[in-house]
Amino acid sequence: MSTLDLRSADNTGNDPTRRAALVIGHHDYASVTQLVSQLAERSRTPLAWYVAFAVSAAWAGLFFLLIGYLVFTGVGVWGNNRPVGWAFDIVNFVFWVGIGHAGTLISAILFLFRQRWRTSINRAAEAMTVFAVICAAVYPGVHIGRAWLAYWLAPYPNQMQIWPNFRSPLLWDVFAVSTYFTLSLLFWYLGMIPDLATLRDRAQSRLKRFIYGVFALGWRGSARAWHVYETAYLLLAALATPLVLSVHSVVSFDFAVSVLPGWHTTIFPPYFVAGAIFSGFAMVVTLMVPARAWFGLKDLITLRHLENMNKVILATGCMVGYAYGIEFFIAWYGGNPYEQFAFLNRALGPYAWAYWIMVTCNVAVPQLLWMKSWRTTPWKMMIVAILVNVGMWFERFVIIVISLTRDFLPSNWGAYSPTWVDLGMFAGSFGLFFMLFLLFCRWLPMVAMAEVKTVLPHPEN
Amino acid sequence: MPVSEEPLLPNTEPRDELAGVLAQFPNAATLVEAATAVREAGYRRWDCHSPFPVHGIDTAMGTRRTPLPWLVLGAGLGGAMVAMGLQWWTNAFDYPLLISGKPLFSLPANIPVAFELIVLFAGLTAFLGAIVLCGLPRWAHPLLRSRTFRRVTTDGMFISIDATDPKFDVQATPNMLSSLGAVSVELCHEPAHARTIPSLLVWAVVVAGLLALLPPLFIARARATKSDQPRVHLVPDMDFQPKYKPQTASGLWADGRAMRAPVEGTLALGDLQSDDHFWRGKQGDGWAAAFPVPVTDRLMARGRQQFNVFCTPCHGLTGMGDGMISQRALRRSDSAGWVPPLSLHVEEVRKQPAGQVFNTITNGARKMPGYGAQIAAEDRWAIVLYILALQRSQNATLEDVPEAVRPQLR
Repeated sequence: MSTLDLRSADNTGNDPTRRAALVIGHHDYASVTQLVSQLAERSRTPLAWYVAFAVSAAWAGLFFLLIGYLVFTGVGVWGNNRPVGWAFDIVNFVFWVGIGHAGTLISAILFLFRQRWRTSINRAAEAMTVFAVICAAVYPGVHIGRAWLAYWLAPYPNQMQIWPNFRSPLLWDVFAVSTYFTLSLLFWYLGMIPDLATLRDRAQSRLKRFIYGVFALGWRGSARAWHVYETAYLLLAALATPLVLSVHSVVSFDFAVSVLPGWHTTIFPPYFVAGAIFSGFAMVVTLMVPARAWFGLKDLITLRHLENMNKVILATGCMVGYAYGIEFFIAWYGGNPYEQFAFLNRALGPYAWAYWIMVTCNVAVPQLLWMKSWRTTPWKMMIVAILVNVGMWFERFVIIVISLTRDFLPSNWGAYSPTWVDLGMFAGSFGLFFMLFLLFCRWLPMVAMAEVKTVLPHPEN
Repeated sequence: MPVSEEPLLPNTEPRDELAGVLAQFPNAATLVEAATAVREAGYRRWDCHSPFPVHGIDTAMGTRRTPLPWLVLGAGLGGAMVAMGLQWWTNAFDYPLLISGKPLFSLPANIPVAFELIVLFAGLTAFLGAIVLCGLPRWAHPLLRSRTFRRVTTDGMFISIDATDPKFDVQATPNMLSSLGAVSVELCHEPAHARTIPSLLVWAVVVAGLLALLPPLFIARARATKSDQPRVHLVPDMDFQPKYKPQTASGLWADGRAMRAPVEGTLALGDLQSDDHFWRGKQGDGWAAAFPVPVTDRLMARGRQQFNVFCTPCHGLTGMGDGMISQRALRRSDSAGWVPPLSLHVEEVRKQPAGQVFNTITNGARKMPGYGAQIAAEDRWAIVLYILALQRSQNATLEDVPEAVRPQLR
């Protein structure tokens, strides 16, 4: 299997007789460690990082200021009003939760399927998951109106002597998202312990050695510990796999279990999960293409990694397109005039522009990835990935807002437009996301070094 | 390779206790071979260290399978039971929550939460179990004091043998390791006296801990005692609203009242119903005996129709007080407290003037509700007329029958 082209810069060949290298360049254990660790060890932070951090932190600050404004004033500062009770808040919640799914898919499902190319990208993708779920969880917390009573979501013994309704999808959502966040964080941290130990052992200053040492928990690479560790990692992957499929299914129940035309559809759970993976991979590509260039990780995050992700985007994009078609077919075939109207209204009604942005970005644009040059050229795939992100945001807008503007009674119809607070919070959540991601890039191991060492082409050199 | 002299020199204080020996090996293959040899030599307290899991090391070391999967399985089953118990106890037992007539406890609706708790419990157990079974966290360890050992997380392969191992010998054990292909061998020491935490820090933690107890104590005291002060509103919600309530004062108006009198000439509902006879069944001080509307066949037919709609459920088609509602109520086993509707043919009712019957229909009597809001006044007079007809029909004498048909009744 190992041949001359094994370490060449282009490992995107499709010759089945040659196993493509997952790491290119002449790397051994020490150089992999050096390549990844030096990013976190730089004594002087580059100016570009400060600029990027300042911009994203400013937006994150705006996000929290607007949350404060919202809490002290009330949800009236948003554009939500009868009949559109759910708008940007829930659109952004579903958008961010969906983004997270790619990280868990890469870390858990591809691990179970022994797709070893995941090792170079899983750390950053898991970080993305944790940060995206943080952004997502803010929205349901503040959209309830009295944010200080958010703890009512939890079943706890109280003076009112009542309990949450366990047959409500909204309560299932509380359990699903909190479990998802907890498990994603544990999975991320467990995977990072050996690499934190690497940073501890390489640390030049006592302070860094102390801080990394605290989080490395005293990891010594013991073979007995590795045995337990690998078992635990496999178990967490096996648990996270059904979990990631369940989370967006439960999110889709928030809509599917109601009776609103456009929401009341049995296709929602698989359709939402496919869309989540679609948008999540697009976000991973959006983050990885610049990150591998700026941080010099092109040997570890190779073109083949990007191409594989683009193939996943293409496949899930087709699934999403199929779901769009099936929704229309069922509306016609089911013979329900309300549902038929709901879907015609999507495509031809006052928000048709949103619908067609969604179809263009999610169904038409990913078809470019059938062409190899679009799968393997960074700037081309960036265009596709960003447009997919745009399209997937509009998908949630189309489903949630358009359906709500037109329900059964024409006297109850209405329109929705966001206020500056809506738009500011949307942009602010991106600021929070990028701020956390920049902190991660600066201080933590961006690539799972211990795992990459197991997939080096020539381990013993 | 001979044991390098330098690391063996006591590089720590002489009183330090010997903790074990550490040997570095050039690559994974040598490590596996050496591990096999160390195990066969009969050592018990020893370990291999590598930057990544080395293939085949578990067999070489004879590592037993970790019980972690069983712990995770147990935790998952526990999560399922906790979830089911929680949902049944809260929604079906402690506070039965009836929603759209659905069953109080049904598996399909309770699956999602059960699934999430299975995953949550199992995942937490997998993580915490792994940490504990790995012997972590252990921030201070003799191996971590070795500079050579810092390569273990980059590319170094090591074997460490604990000094407490029965077979450990300060000369023979390092020699054996170097004969197995170790590139370096060194002794590790436990410091004689561990570095202590500064007493200032200890006292700071103690004081902070005691101060942290104060808020819960105040809360506990507040909950256990009574006070005549209004309760503290941390979040006032909408308890205090800037608005005027009835009978409050306002500086906005000359008369100082928040409530405003109606504009001159305003008519309240009912102000136009001045005809006492028609609207209230009264003439002078007593009940009216006559009808305020012309008594016609049409009125009688209308009265019959309205009576059948509104009155028969309780009073029955003939006014005997045997309507369907009363019949059903009497059939029930718990009908002890049921008072049957009055028959319209008892003396007490029959002697009532038309105006009084009209008043009863309008405002109700005893447990009969008033129908003034549901039946128009003219229709109420029609019902009164029909009731008079019913009373006449049930209490007729021979004289009431036209003379021509009297012979047929005999």
